[in-house]
Amino acid sequence: MRMPAPIRLRELIRTIRTARTQAEEREMIQKECAAIRSSFREEDNTYRCRNVAKLLYMHMLGYPAHFGQLECLKLIASQKFTDKRIGYLGAMLLLDERQDVHLLMTNCIKNDLNHSTQYVQGLALCTLGCMGSSEMCRDLAGEVEKLLKTSNSYLRKKAALCAVHVIRKVPELMEMFLPATKNLLSEKNHGVLHTSVVLLTEMCERSPDMLSHFRKLVPQLVRILKNLIMSGYSPEHDVSGISDPFLQVRILRLLRILGKGDDDSSEAMNDILAQVATNTETSKNVGNAILYETVLTIMDIKSESGLRVLAINILGRFLLNNDKNIRYVALTSLLKTVQTDHNAVQRHRSTIVDCLKDLDVSIKRRAMELSFALVNGNNIRGMMKELLYFLDSCDPDFKADCASGIFLAAEKYAPSKRWHIDTIMRVLTTAGSYVRDDSVPNLIQLITNSVEMHAYTVQRLYKALLDDISQQPLVQVASWCIGEYGDLLVSGQCEEEEPIQVSEDEVLDVLEGLLVSNLSTPVTRGYSLTAIMKLSTRFSSLNRIKKVVSIYGSSIDVELQQRAVEYNALFKKYDHMRPALLERMPIMEKTATNGPSETVQTNGETDSTILDTKHLPSISQPASQANDLLDLLGGNDVVPIIQTTVPTKPASAGGELLDLLGDLSLTGGPTPTPASSVPMSQPPFLLDGLTSQPLFNDIAAVIPPMTAYNKNGLIIEFTFERSNPNPNIAVITIHATNSTEADMTEFVFQAAVPKTFQLQLLSPSSNVVPAFNQGSVTQVIRVLNPQKQQLRMRIKLTYTHKGSPVQDLAEVNNFPPQSWQ
Amino acid sequence: MMHFLLLFSRQGKLRLQKWFLPLPERERKKIVKDMTTMVLARKPRTCNFLHWKDLKIVYKRYASLYFCCALENQDNELMALETLHRYVELLDKYFGNVCELDIIFNFEKAYFILDELLMGGEIQETSKLSIVKSIEASDMLQETEQKRRSEHPSSSEIIQNTTCF
Repeated sequence: MRMPAPIRLRELIRTIRTARTQAEEREMIQKECAAIRSSFREEDNTYRCRNVAKLLYMHMLGYPAHFGQLECLKLIASQKFTDKRIGYLGAMLLLDERQDVHLLMTNCIKNDLNHSTQYVQGLALCTLGCMGSSEMCRDLAGEVEKLLKTSNSYLRKKAALCAVHVIRKVPELMEMFLPATKNLLSEKNHGVLHTSVVLLTEMCERSPDMLSHFRKLVPQLVRILKNLIMSGYSPEHDVSGISDPFLQVRILRLLRILGKGDDDSSEAMNDILAQVATNTETSKNVGNAILYETVLTIMDIKSESGLRVLAINILGRFLLNNDKNIRYVALTSLLKTVQTDHNAVQRHRSTIVDCLKDLDVSIKRRAMELSFALVNGNNIRGMMKELLYFLDSCDPDFKADCASGIFLAAEKYAPSKRWHIDTIMRVLTTAGSYVRDDSVPNLIQLITNSVEMHAYTVQRLYKALLDDISQQPLVQVASWCIGEYGDLLVSGQCEEEEPIQVSEDEVLDVLEGLLVSNLSTPVTRGYSLTAIMKLSTRFSSLNRIKKVVSIYGSSIDVELQQRAVEYNALFKKYDHMRPALLERMPIMEKTATNGPSETVQTNGETDSTILDTKHLPSISQPASQANDLLDLLGGNDVVPIIQTTVPTKPASAGGELLDLLGDLSLTGGPTPTPASSVPMSQPPFLLDGLTSQPLFNDIAAVIPPMTAYNKNGLIIEFTFERSNPNPNIAVITIHATNSTEADMTEFVFQAAVPKTFQLQLLSPSSNVVPAFNQGSVTQVIRVLNPQKQQLRMRIKLTYTHKGSPVQDLAEVNNFPPQSWQ
Repeated sequence: MMHFLLLFSRQGKLRLQKWFLPLPERERKKIVKDMTTMVLARKPRTCNFLHWKDLKIVYKRYASLYFCCALENQDNELMALETLHRYVELLDKYFGNVCELDIIFNFEKAYFILDELLMGGEIQETSKLSIVKSIEASDMLQETEQKRRSEHPSSSEIIQNTTCF
């Protein structure tokens, strides 16, 4: 008995849509799948097409359809156009190069590429050009090349894009398409022109040789672009009065690549760029899209200064556009150009600052980044007003970045110390809970170094504490200051503002209040206890302090307990040492940079101002561990642990390295070394950031740099410095550069050293190594080598290149002796 | 190049998925989920661009359907909006006042039209007229083929169902 004809596609869709629950839908689908399966088993040619179409619908709903893969191949092999259409569609949806089955398509595609019907050829080209694997591309490249030379423009344009895909999959095959490109640009057909420009772009991006070869096309490209602009209305290609904007934009992009770094080419395109920039209609999105591309091209090539100013002004006008997409794009572009054309961008500062008040979150973020990039000594007061206002009202997601940016800007450009302290106070009081934990030690250092402001600062902080003790960074800084400058606080002397009258007992009340409050974190309690202790040499209420300290000797919190016990010991057995130990902090020197901050740009000034280390954006900082390391004997009770992590990589990556390491111990990677177990007597080497002596001196210049890794276009250089106070520490800065033609993204550097060493890996400058050596990723490694053994290192690199993940391990053994002896 | 193009409804139901990079099924599903979540969460008067991983996501709502695509860094996002619009115009020309139901019931046609506009994540034809002509010619080819079969059916074919699906 014959099976009834399988139900039609549209009927199935109608039926499934009547399902009221997920379960009902699943039942219908399962029933139909069973019917389809048996139909497939019967090898029914008539309805295969219908069944596969239904399968594709069910696949889109999220149901498995892998049992239809072979059926797609059968459809492709069929003589019927209807079958082929669905078969190729199915192949593109269900098959990809990961399936072994897909290679079986190769022969069919080859035949169809030579079919007598152009629409069949088109199907084959499309499928190959969308999902052809490297093997398929290798096998069929010759056919594509043939079709690239045909006079049939329908096929020629498809062959061009198919060639692009082949080149992307198998770059070595690029050469074979070169002859066919000879007269591609003399085509009249816009489809062929467009795809040809795409093909040329792909070739130029991948090969510097091709790039030089195709530079001679610049005049021709300029002419085509000119014709598009000057030609009258062409209904076939018109979009809101502009002739073929898609083609215009692609030509502009190709011109950008050809003109970059080349004077002659840049000059040849100057006029047309100016023409497009001034004549393009800007009332609709399409005109602005062309202007956008034009601006990008002008900024990238060697254009004359007048043209560059024109470009920046276009961006400035974009900022005032009602369309938020345009505003967004303008901010993004300005951010790219702020380094190179700083003064021109400065002229638009007020418009940019207005964008801080935009309702759109993406625009606000861009505006904030750009604002920080524009802050300099001249505009700091005005800019800071705006930025502080922004900090008050912005979303919580922004507050941390904004606060960090403000601290950085304030530090670089503060017009006076008083202004600086006031700004810090403002940030701490308005966004105190969002401030990054590593700002606390930075601020403390700042305050310490502003000697004449101590009385003012401690007074303001004390008053802030009276108002609000919930914001931990504020509370921590305040406690520390009170502990340090409590004597100034009670003395009733203050030059900057009206001095407050406060007694020792009142101050101790506040500090003790912090100890018992539920709002205080363990770290804050630590600060508070130490502050109380320090006041024992500044206040006269010794008994009260002794009492507090002894109570906490039996605290449940181990950290507090330890401190209290040690302070007690100070009172009892080492009282003669107490004054010296609790003496005023000396001025702390700034340390050198370890790489630029990721979230905050510099203001574009050309002097190589080094950024303060401590504003490294932390991805996951164990801040409480950091501040647990109070080393009283070392003279510091604050540790700015710059224990930042390498972005993204999961901890399992470390496991693989471990397998191969054998005697090397693994450090670096996502898990920071827990530091809380360090005994008090030995300053942990991580403390070096806040010693009272400069960390690096001239010894550094003597150690020669070395190339640690050089493979596949990735070069990693190591430069060295020895740490002055601690000669067992070598500070290595890695510089990663990429000479290939594609960026290396998600770049992660990990290192492992033998067990006798300790290693600390700081945050990298970024995780994209730009192509063509256009920039580098830097990262600092600190190696502690107490036994002065020969330094060896194993490094692991992971990155994504041209869409594929790359991983490599290497040994680095050729360290110069001066780096470890 | 464009990495993928998705069409989904306000309820997050997928209506079309075009992938220009080889990705395993599981990852495709995850991306679809991420895109629908992110885009549907956007407030009404925000810009049409998003950042996701290292890609630029461009999306636009047309009636009850969201058109969403992913671009690389050097691609022009304003132009991508034009591309999405061009696709909608083509669908409209083909179906006449296109609505979501047309795309649901004729999804294969939506794919065929898309395959004349884009290939390998790049635009292959900038003339609307040319694309419309190609689709009409292909449809005609299909029709004449079916007509011929219905006029001369082989003995194993059931006459009542001359249209394929």
